[in-house]
Amino acid sequence: MIVLGDLAHARAGDKGDTSIIMVAPYAPEDFGRVAALLTPPAVASHLGVGADAVDVRAVVELGAFTVIVRGALDGGVTRSRGVDPHGKTLSSVLLRLAGAKP
Amino acid sequence: MTTPYRVGAATGFAGDRFEPARVLAESGDIDALVYECLAERTIGLAQQRRGVPGAVGYDELFLHRLDDVLPVLRPETAVLTNAGAADPTALARAVAERLDGHPRARGRVVAAVTGDDILDRLPSDTPVLGTELTIGDFGDRVVSANAYIGAGAAVEALHAGADVVITGRMGDAALFAAPIAAHHGWDTEDADVMAVPTLVGHLLECGGQLTGGYFADGGRKVVPHLATLGFPIAEVDGDSTVTLGKVDDTGGLLTRATVIEQLLYEIDDPSAYKTPDVTLDLRSVRIEEIGPDRVRIVGERAAGKPDLLKASVGIRDGYLATGSIAYGGLGALARAELALAIVTERWEVVHGRDSAELRLDLLGYNALQPWARPDVEPAEVCARFALRTWEADAARALVREVEALYTNGPAGGGGVQTAVRETTGIVSVLVPRDLVQPRMEVLR
Repeated sequence: MIVLGDLAHARAGDKGDTSIIMVAPYAPEDFGRVAALLTPPAVASHLGVGADAVDVRAVVELGAFTVIVRGALDGGVTRSRGVDPHGKTLSSVLLRLAGAKP
Repeated sequence: MTTPYRVGAATGFAGDRFEPARVLAESGDIDALVYECLAERTIGLAQQRRGVPGAVGYDELFLHRLDDVLPVLRPETAVLTNAGAADPTALARAVAERLDGHPRARGRVVAAVTGDDILDRLPSDTPVLGTELTIGDFGDRVVSANAYIGAGAAVEALHAGADVVITGRMGDAALFAAPIAAHHGWDTEDADVMAVPTLVGHLLECGGQLTGGYFADGGRKVVPHLATLGFPIAEVDGDSTVTLGKVDDTGGLLTRATVIEQLLYEIDDPSAYKTPDVTLDLRSVRIEEIGPDRVRIVGERAAGKPDLLKASVGIRDGYLATGSIAYGGLGALARAELALAIVTERWEVVHGRDSAELRLDLLGYNALQPWARPDVEPAEVCARFALRTWEADAARALVREVEALYTNGPAGGGGVQTAVRETTGIVSVLVPRDLVQPRMEVLR
């Protein structure tokens, strides 16, 4: 097994009730391996949301990805009752996403 | 060809550290020092404070920041900030007063930029983004409405001789773009020209997050000396070449990796990042490491500019009550779960309310990933309760229930913490540009 954090780093931002997580491989040659891990169904299952709540956008020119998770923040930073209203911690949570070693 | 212009990010948010700005002013050889101090909610909160006697509509901490930096600030370095929040003119007056008495501020000219406040003219049928609602549906709960304005009025103020510019809800990137555009004589109406300074602003607007702050992971991502993190400087040439750096011998790290995190982490569509001055296509940006803690940025592209401006509308949103109690040692998780169950039962049986309105969390176990049930026995767990409500009595009832877990709940609970606060929510709308009339006023 391999986890996303072995290959890539991440930072999470927010827009309303949507979490936006930037993921970039440490090494450009790992772009394909990261893409293989970051499928929307795998991300959705890992973050406890429905598959249709997740988009993964590859920014090929920059060698990075943006992961969009809708409805992830209990209403967003101004409404959330949770411990982390911005969802800042989701970046490191996502880095635990596991997959088969290619 | 105009000379290169150097902009320093003094703060990345209202509560940021003080001394990075001082280091930039003293050793950064900078032409402009920019304080980003305004979060989305700040204006709504400031508007609510305005009704309170003695309270002001701006960020008072900025005056202390100014006091702190003045002894080392070069007379020719411009200062810009959005700390004016709900009342830029009042902060500009307070700043002018402060500078009047200061030996190092002789000749400084202060200007205020206003016009972002559109509360009195926002049509009630304006749709709220991401909902089926209109602004009218919120009735008298609407407390503020501020459009994100572009760099234009701040550039005008600088051209009029101001070297301290106080704004409200100017777009974060625009606040940094303004002194760059003013120096090089760039036309803020021209989206293609504004691509470079706006991208610079986007990278600098979170301060130390560009130079290794919020990056270290204790293992693979190592950042030297975060305790003395140096904030970023952007040098922009007349031909639009951008070089990012920081003051030598400060802590932090500036690499392709730190820049790409900052570039993309809040962007839902990298092909169209909308700002008031330009829609940026970030996909073509190239990030080149040209030396230790020195990075060159090239290749940004404008994709026109938005027809409509985004505005943030502050909405009174009732009370948020939170309470927590900690359990440690043998059976900590089981006792914390028991505490959740006790309060849940009492919420229904004693208070006659629906317990589904409570948010229940187990800190130290799965509060950050509530969908997960890890098979571990944590050494300590904090049971946390939260309620959003319009009823002050219900908010108070919840925090009393948490306190009562001391003597009525599971064994060994400690460290109860509770809070009840009034909250202001933010919704977003899009408004026509002609609804918003930014203007500047030179005070002295």
